[in-house]
Amino acid sequence: MSGNSTILEVKDLYQHFPIDNGGIFKKQIGAIRAVDGISFTVKKGETLGIVGESGCGKSTTVRSIAQLYKPTSGEVLFHGVDLCKADKKTLLKERRNIQMIFQDPYASLDPRMTVRTIISEPLNIYNRRGLLDHKWTKDEIEDRVEELMEKVGLNKLYKNRYPHEFSGGQRQRIGIARALALNPEIILADEPVSALDVSIQAQILNLIIDLQKEMGITFIFIAHDLGVIQHISSRVIVMYLGKIMEISTSEELYKNPKHPYTEALLSAAPVPDPKVERNRKRIVLEGDVPSPDKERHGCYFYDRCPHKMEFCSCNIPPMFKAGENHEVACWLYDKEGHN
Amino acid sequence: MKDFDKEKVILNVEGLQTYFKTDAGILKAVDGVSFVVHEGETVGLVGESGCGKSVTNLSIMRLVPSPPGKTVGGKVIFDGKDILQMSEKELRNIRGNKISMIFQDPMTSLNPFLKISTQMIETIRLHQDVTKKEAREKAVEMLRLVGIPKPEQRIDCYPHQFSGGMRQRVMIAMALSCHAKILIADEPTTALDVTIQAQILELIKALTEKFNTAVILITHDLGVVAGMCDKVCVMYAGRIVESSPTEDLFEHPMHPYTEGLIASVPKLDDGGKEKLFSIEGQPPNVIDLPPCCPFHPRCRKKMGICQAMYPPVYHKDEKHHVACWLYASKEEIDNALKEARDVRK
Repeated sequence: MSGNSTILEVKDLYQHFPIDNGGIFKKQIGAIRAVDGISFTVKKGETLGIVGESGCGKSTTVRSIAQLYKPTSGEVLFHGVDLCKADKKTLLKERRNIQMIFQDPYASLDPRMTVRTIISEPLNIYNRRGLLDHKWTKDEIEDRVEELMEKVGLNKLYKNRYPHEFSGGQRQRIGIARALALNPEIILADEPVSALDVSIQAQILNLIIDLQKEMGITFIFIAHDLGVIQHISSRVIVMYLGKIMEISTSEELYKNPKHPYTEALLSAAPVPDPKVERNRKRIVLEGDVPSPDKERHGCYFYDRCPHKMEFCSCNIPPMFKAGENHEVACWLYDKEGHN
Repeated sequence: MKDFDKEKVILNVEGLQTYFKTDAGILKAVDGVSFVVHEGETVGLVGESGCGKSVTNLSIMRLVPSPPGKTVGGKVIFDGKDILQMSEKELRNIRGNKISMIFQDPMTSLNPFLKISTQMIETIRLHQDVTKKEAREKAVEMLRLVGIPKPEQRIDCYPHQFSGGMRQRVMIAMALSCHAKILIADEPTTALDVTIQAQILELIKALTEKFNTAVILITHDLGVVAGMCDKVCVMYAGRIVESSPTEDLFEHPMHPYTEGLIASVPKLDDGGKEKLFSIEGQPPNVIDLPPCCPFHPRCRKKMGICQAMYPPVYHKDEKHHVACWLYASKEEIDNALKEARDVRK
């Protein structure tokens, strides 16, 4: 990985969505705590993976980073600028460097736009406001669109076609081209391969790895498939109920998982090898993921944890160091012995 | 591993063909699928979306919407009788009783207006001669078996009061309440999270072993197949391209498609960052497919003959079959080429 400078820093981010009582005054009676106080840093040129089950706040985290939601509290520092407090103009300028790829390639492209319009839209928006290095002419934009299409493996003759004329994998390529249009420094990829078939998924993963090698883009990559995350990322965050459970380099995490939740997650993932599958011992977690609408005073994983202690129910564990580049939020690893 | 060949054959699918009439032409969703299920065996059907896995099983149950769909050929022999020739009345005795199904989305397959108890008691009383009270007791017993806490109370809840994993448990309880001989599970865990998926898979495994139920498991996840199935059929464009015992398939995949499929799954222990193997291109459109190997445009080992004729089935041994020209002798290929040329003339 090139360089070690921090490009993005998330500090104590909270994202709560209010629940109202359904009356006309929309009296607030509670909140869904989608993201409940998380902090991490992203280094330049790395791929940071975020895993977790549905409802654990992975997507909300990246959407809050991109300021698609206004975070309830906390800071998102991009090159030292706090995006949460930035005014519209600064935000527009900074957002040029933060782009997103979405999960559903069918819903994320406007069906009434041609591929050319889709890919050139970000360029046009920034060009109109004079935020690009110089005023781009129509031909320059046209050339850029063709260049991008070639880069992501689409035939440039298709630029006048509409999204419905493409398959799922090709649509995801269009989405990637759109994200690359402004030469961003960081791309937030929200489950970009979950909706695709295995053989197509491999194509898109390879494309993303190639692009990163070539252009040195930083990725935050969300997936619920542990195999995919392990393959693509250098560091991994494991989330549960809006909290970070474990952060580690991906190699270390898979070889040496510390948090009971990570262990369970890894052992639940099916492995495409019958010999391994028949002989392994699964840690099967009891019950379901609880609803995130309650304020919690203890460990967020307490209800389902196979190693829970009395102490865990009323003390939220901080991040303990469990080795180099390895942090875990579990009282089992508390060296000072508060419990 | 148990040898299922000595067990009784309970389902024999032979040359099943299901076509759909569309404006663009005839869509051959299932085109000559044959496989055998023994008592207590778990058979996996794997393939990418659109390869005909689900339609195969809908055809077995005769649930393909007609029109536009129609099963035009083949036999589905269950207990010595062809399901495709049965009357509606006979069929009703089989559906939900001898052969039952669980689906991908447990929310849409339960009726949201009816209590779980109503739905389960209805199923049981339809097939068994019991009173309402007995049926209810039986339903509670089944719910307890699938691990629903406090089943006596939970049985009077509505489906929306259960979580996704719990709903799938209810579906399994319902499907097995009549001691079905065959359970068809159509992507039963695709909509669930990994930890819940592990729970459900363990449950299906334990219960079907207990009742000696055969399972036809449809999935696109090779990991699930590796853990659950005794035998696997790999489907591509409406046909079975390879079928084999699970271990043999993963160790010695013979069809280039199977090989590619296994290689393109990112594995937990592969060190990462290496390039994944990927199959170029996309699955074909199955409308008006020419009589050639449907995989040849994406195949790395294609030969001239692949574009001219559909490959015959080659038998590696009694259990491992593959439809690919790679394993044909030179003589066979030459003959086939000649034949193809004659046809074209």
